Amino acid sequence: MRILALALLLLASPALADSQMPDAQWANTQLPDPQQERAAKALMEKVRCLVCQGQSVADSDSDLAGDMRSLIRTRIAAGEKPDTIKAWLIERYGKWISYDPPMSGITAPLWIMPLLLLVLGAWLARGRFRKRKSG
Amino acid sequence: MKRTWLWIPLALFGLFFGVMAVGLSKPSSTTITSKMIGKPLPKFSLPPAHAPQPGLGSASFQQGQPRLLNIFASWCIPCIAEAPVLLELTKRGVPIDAIAIRDRPQDVDRFLKRNGNPYQRIGSDVNSAVQMALGSSGVPETFVVDGRGIIRFQHIGDIRAEDVPEIMAALRAAR
Amino acid sequence: MTAELGLILLLIAAALAALQFGLGAISLRNPQAGGHASIKPVAVLQGIAVALSFLCLIWVFLETDLSVKLVAANSHPDKPLLYKFAGAWGNHEGSMLLWVTVLGIAGGAVALFEKRLKVTSLTATLAAQAAISIGFYAFLLFASNPFERLNPAPETGQGLNPLLQDPGLAFHPPTLYFGYVGMSVAFSFAVGALITREVGPTFARAMRPWVLIAWIFLTLGIVAGSYWAYYELGWGGWWFWDPVENASLMPWLATTALLHSVTVLATRDGLRAWTVMLAVVAFSMSMVGTFLVRSGILTSVHAFAVDPKRGAFILALLALYIGGALTLFGLRIGTVREGNRFDPLSREGALVANNLLLSAILGIVMVGTLYPLIAESLTGEKLSVGPPYFNATTGPLALILVAVMAAGPVLRWRRDEWSAMARRLALPILFGAAALLAVVLSAPGIGILPLLGLVLAIGVGAASLAPLWKRNLRRTPLFTWGMVISHLGVAISMAGMASESAFTKETLTAVTVGETRSVGPWSVTLKEVHPVAGPNWTAMEGAMEARRGSTLIASATQARMFASPPTETNEAAISTVWDGQLYLVLGKHQPDGRWQVRMWWKPFVTLIWLGGILIALGGLLAMIGRLRRELKPKGEAA
Repeated sequence: MRILALALLLLASPALADSQMPDAQWANTQLPDPQQERAAKALMEKVRCLVCQGQSVADSDSDLAGDMRSLIRTRIAAGEKPDTIKAWLIERYGKWISYDPPMSGITAPLWIMPLLLLVLGAWLARGRFRKRKSG
Repeated sequence: MKRTWLWIPLALFGLFFGVMAVGLSKPSSTTITSKMIGKPLPKFSLPPAHAPQPGLGSASFQQGQPRLLNIFASWCIPCIAEAPVLLELTKRGVPIDAIAIRDRPQDVDRFLKRNGNPYQRIGSDVNSAVQMALGSSGVPETFVVDGRGIIRFQHIGDIRAEDVPEIMAALRAAR
Repeated sequence: MTAELGLILLLIAAALAALQFGLGAISLRNPQAGGHASIKPVAVLQGIAVALSFLCLIWVFLETDLSVKLVAANSHPDKPLLYKFAGAWGNHEGSMLLWVTVLGIAGGAVALFEKRLKVTSLTATLAAQAAISIGFYAFLLFASNPFERLNPAPETGQGLNPLLQDPGLAFHPPTLYFGYVGMSVAFSFAVGALITREVGPTFARAMRPWVLIAWIFLTLGIVAGSYWAYYELGWGGWWFWDPVENASLMPWLATTALLHSVTVLATRDGLRAWTVMLAVVAFSMSMVGTFLVRSGILTSVHAFAVDPKRGAFILALLALYIGGALTLFGLRIGTVREGNRFDPLSREGALVANNLLLSAILGIVMVGTLYPLIAESLTGEKLSVGPPYFNATTGPLALILVAVMAAGPVLRWRRDEWSAMARRLALPILFGAAALLAVVLSAPGIGILPLLGLVLAIGVGAASLAPLWKRNLRRTPLFTWGMVISHLGVAISMAGMASESAFTKETLTAVTVGETRSVGPWSVTLKEVHPVAGPNWTAMEGAMEARRGSTLIASATQARMFASPPTETNEAAISTVWDGQLYLVLGKHQPDGRWQVRMWWKPFVTLIWLGGILIALGGLLAMIGRLRRELKPKGEAA
């Protein structure tokens, strides 16, 4: 049974709907400059994977995510700013691609809401307190 | 006045309910459309994907005629389903160029021998760089590019027989 | 036949739930009708019937009866026994049956064990519990029948998603469900209390153990889910702010808040309306979470079987129960006498701050999770809200919350003085300051959140032990021990999170067999790569050897391929040493003959889950302590 399974493994792998190409150059290899690698990694964690839905490209096994990591590392190594790369991606895929929603008219409530919640909560709680008697 | 705040939780839930009801009634598609529609094709120049046919550059799309740009791969299963429909489109006189994603020449060769070859030129995009520049998120996808090199239309997934009229209409509109 | 028997038992349980609700409604209107006495046995019987029905489902999965549609779609004769067993709840229909089973058992347990509540309150509570059950029985019978037959039966089944074929995950969903659905008891207590207007310390004391049980399960469920994601997804992440994770976090946040406010109500008769509200919200969050996961309204890595029709059904149930409870709240709570007031600087004040911060975090998680949906329906534009947003917004609030947690337990009830608080916290503050100095000196350039996290973890860890100071440890009540251990768990977990985010070392590389690369203090060698076969998968296994000084660790990482359904998974090689974990993953084989290898050294990462387990353990001690005290004969049961 096991030998059969092993034979199947060796035969069956090309049938999987996955590219036979090796990983892109910088898909799974770090940049030599630690500072650039840190910048690239930070950006990858903010970029949403296109094919896996619900993961960032920093932790996805899909080929396209690997290619996107390679693209990000290549551009960072070429001296591009992370924000420029992010803008380039948003220009192509829309705001969806970024996990870090940029501040704009439609995302403003999202960023203001936490403060609003605290103020509202404090206002509600205020009624529960007794005035402090001096002394 | 004092009593109104007691109803705030119910109001918030009503809001939640409304959003969810709207969300359920028109389920959002999970496809990510390219934002490049209406914009010029990004500049690129790709080497041939297999020996007999030329590679593909963005310059080929500025010859006055609208063309289809098909994104495919030999390892992609829906691409096999799409192949006969693309052949049908070439019979109707539609020029089709292609970009092969993450593919080896021998695999492209085998794919075209088995499924037919509707393409005039095929560029090889080994690290999906041009695919990403186009805002494409998978294979297969097909873009309609007009004679001045502007992207006019995007079809996500394999083109089925029933999609042909839509593609033809997009081509006419791009003329 | 087993499937038919299961369906019949399910129908009986549904009928009993209807009877239970009817009896409750009648005896609340007409106390002389005698319904109070009969509602308890009906609730117990309902729990037994639905539990037997669930056993029938487990049985058809164990014998892989492929003529049952659910088994054919989710199981396979070759599957290991454990996963046949777990397959019963690893799918939509089965997990919903588990859901109503927990509802029924919880109702039966309340009927059997609850002795403190007034008889009218207990009747109202059981009627409310039955009302919830009825809706979910209807959902099962009309929209998700788990016992549906398939004619003709297929030759073989389709198998269970390989990502779910994991011993940890087999028991993760039931654990979470006990937590989710356990909160239904608190919800029913709150509804019962609103109906009878008995919102006071008795209600709080009666509800508290039930909340604690559910909270322990929720905590363990989240800890297990996080660890599963950590070792199964293969990239070393332990929390992704994914909608499904958020759906489990939201009830936990609400329940944690409830656990603290209920203390104020039980001890000082304060926060009456707020506690009732939280009890309603906590279970509402469980239902909202179920809805979000099942309706497919949000995309997630953990996507469940998705069906908009089922989504509409659950949404209707949400409207009925949450809408109903909130309406009752609006109508009744105004007539409940206001609770006692208190000084801002007091134990109650700190607990209010705790509730305020937890609720704010809950609000942020909820709005952040739903925002893409809201934005898309308003503007048509797709948005993503992910880890960068959640970390930036909830991180600072969580730090403040933990700081408050240090102060709360050393404050006196009613009223305290700033100087007294400072005196009691002097030593922990000293610890924190020393930690600050040590971290800044030894790790310059550390991020601000991890730095504050580490410093607070040390200070708060010390402070959490403060309630034990100068006390006779053997005579300290068990629930005080519980609080101390839970709070210590929070500090430990936070230390793990901060350390993981600040000190993780990553090496992504490609090696030939025999080559060595370093990650942090470790030198890692790929010794060999060979194929291995499991019961229903085959894999390439990389044997790894890691060396640090004189320590030598051998481990194996696998790239597994499953045949049914065809999927690939990564099994990371995770080696635990006293000061952290070494996390190794074998990647793709490159055409030049090298293997991709991903390596992480994560100092003290294990503290994250160890802390989580301590939090749950503290809950358990507190629960036992409370029950022991209240079951003593002199208890003030009304």
